[in-house]
Amino acid sequence: MNARRIGAIAATAALALGLSACGSSDDGGDAGSGGDSGKKLKIGIKFDQPGLGLKKGTDVTGFDVDIAKYVAKELGTSEANIEWVQAPSPQRETLIETGQVDLIFATYSITDARKEKVTFAGPYFIAGQDLLVRADDASITGPDSLTGKKLCSVKGSTSAQKVKDKYPGVQLQEFATYSECLPALSTGGVDALTTDDTILAGYAAQAEYKGKFKVVGQPFSEERYGVGLKKGDTATCNKVNDALKKAFTDGAWQKAIDDNLGPAGYKAGPGNPPTPDACA
Amino acid sequence: MGEILRDYDVLGAFWMTIYLTFFSAIGALVIGTILAVMRVSPVSVLRAAGTAYVNVIRNTPLTLILVFCSLGVLYILEINLADPQSPTSIRDNAIRWAIVGLSVYHAAFVCEALRSGVNTVPLGQAEAARAIGLTFGQSLTQVIMPQAFRGAIAPLGSVLIALTKNTTVASIIGVAEASGLMKEIMENETASFAVFLLFALGFVILTLPTGMLFTWMSQRLAVKR
Repeated sequence: MNARRIGAIAATAALALGLSACGSSDDGGDAGSGGDSGKKLKIGIKFDQPGLGLKKGTDVTGFDVDIAKYVAKELGTSEANIEWVQAPSPQRETLIETGQVDLIFATYSITDARKEKVTFAGPYFIAGQDLLVRADDASITGPDSLTGKKLCSVKGSTSAQKVKDKYPGVQLQEFATYSECLPALSTGGVDALTTDDTILAGYAAQAEYKGKFKVVGQPFSEERYGVGLKKGDTATCNKVNDALKKAFTDGAWQKAIDDNLGPAGYKAGPGNPPTPDACA
Repeated sequence: MGEILRDYDVLGAFWMTIYLTFFSAIGALVIGTILAVMRVSPVSVLRAAGTAYVNVIRNTPLTLILVFCSLGVLYILEINLADPQSPTSIRDNAIRWAIVGLSVYHAAFVCEALRSGVNTVPLGQAEAARAIGLTFGQSLTQVIMPQAFRGAIAPLGSVLIALTKNTTVASIIGVAEASGLMKEIMENETASFAVFLLFALGFVILTLPTGMLFTWMSQRLAVKR
């Protein structure tokens, strides 16, 4: 007991030092030293994304959460020692840089701009931007049948920007969250909701919307979900990649998809499971 | 920073902020003046209705009012302020409903600012107006309100500054104003702190002169007694 308490204090002190030593590349390495089951890990996830990362009461569920738990176990942290931190899209880089989280599993697409700030392990999933339409709507079959239609997405998101740039004949309603698009979609105010197919499948699988909406299934972009890590932390990156490769082969990855996105009839698209990139 | 200014229409976004502020300010001034008249009128039903409006709207979060305007009124009740067939209906509806929501919300504050202005007018003025035979309407428009407006310049300025900053809430219903563009840039670029400072500076540039103008006007236009 006493030893554990001292250990916890030492860990806190080390963390504080890590913060003050801002940016030195070796201090993040201890996150992956493994073997010590009492080690805490702070993992950033989405709290509001059904099927991917959702917090209800004290429970967290979703595909990202299941993969995060698996990777944490491989890094030597039991489920009880994971601290779940909310990682909203605009704050993800900051959370990593300031050390408020150790790992991020939050539908975090790997992009070159983000690579300047964080190191990515993975990808662990390849999603694509797709469309969610009313189940009885046959007029939208893919991105080419969108002209003159009304779409809904989240303000500032990559999906919203892509629609604006690539499909100028489309009108776009932007809300703060995807949940606000769903009532507008069901009354016919908008014709489709667009974002990553995983997120759409998560909404379509929710009990209150079951059978009302369908995912079109014609992805028109490639989003490679990676695990966000402190910049330059190659040691942890390699460990996370090993854990991901193991999850791909032992069935844990497939099970996580079936459990969380399966109810919407979602199947992982081409290229899945992906091959993790080499850690730079 | 130069790249951000080149790649994104920052000035256009701030123009939308000014556009929303301008029309919402007019709307809020009109509704707020009517409310203030109701609240000082001799008819108790009007007084009660004015008080109820102010208490309900002033104590409701602006976010809620705007989401209600967009999701509730536009998408569920399907009341359009723009032709739903037009190729820009979503954009027009969003801007117009944002102006309605902002006007309705800030009218409550304008009403209270004007009521405080009415209180600066000595009771003798109303009595004198009545004594020379003016009706309630005449004494209000000829005697009370002109003095009340001049006494309420400073609090009205505070409401206008608050309105300028509150237009940022309109981004949640899809209006392409400054804070919405800030979210977009932060999603794409990694210099989030610098971007944040840029937009904060933009708002200071808009609101600081407003504040100075209203302070100057409140001194210049105050009724010397």
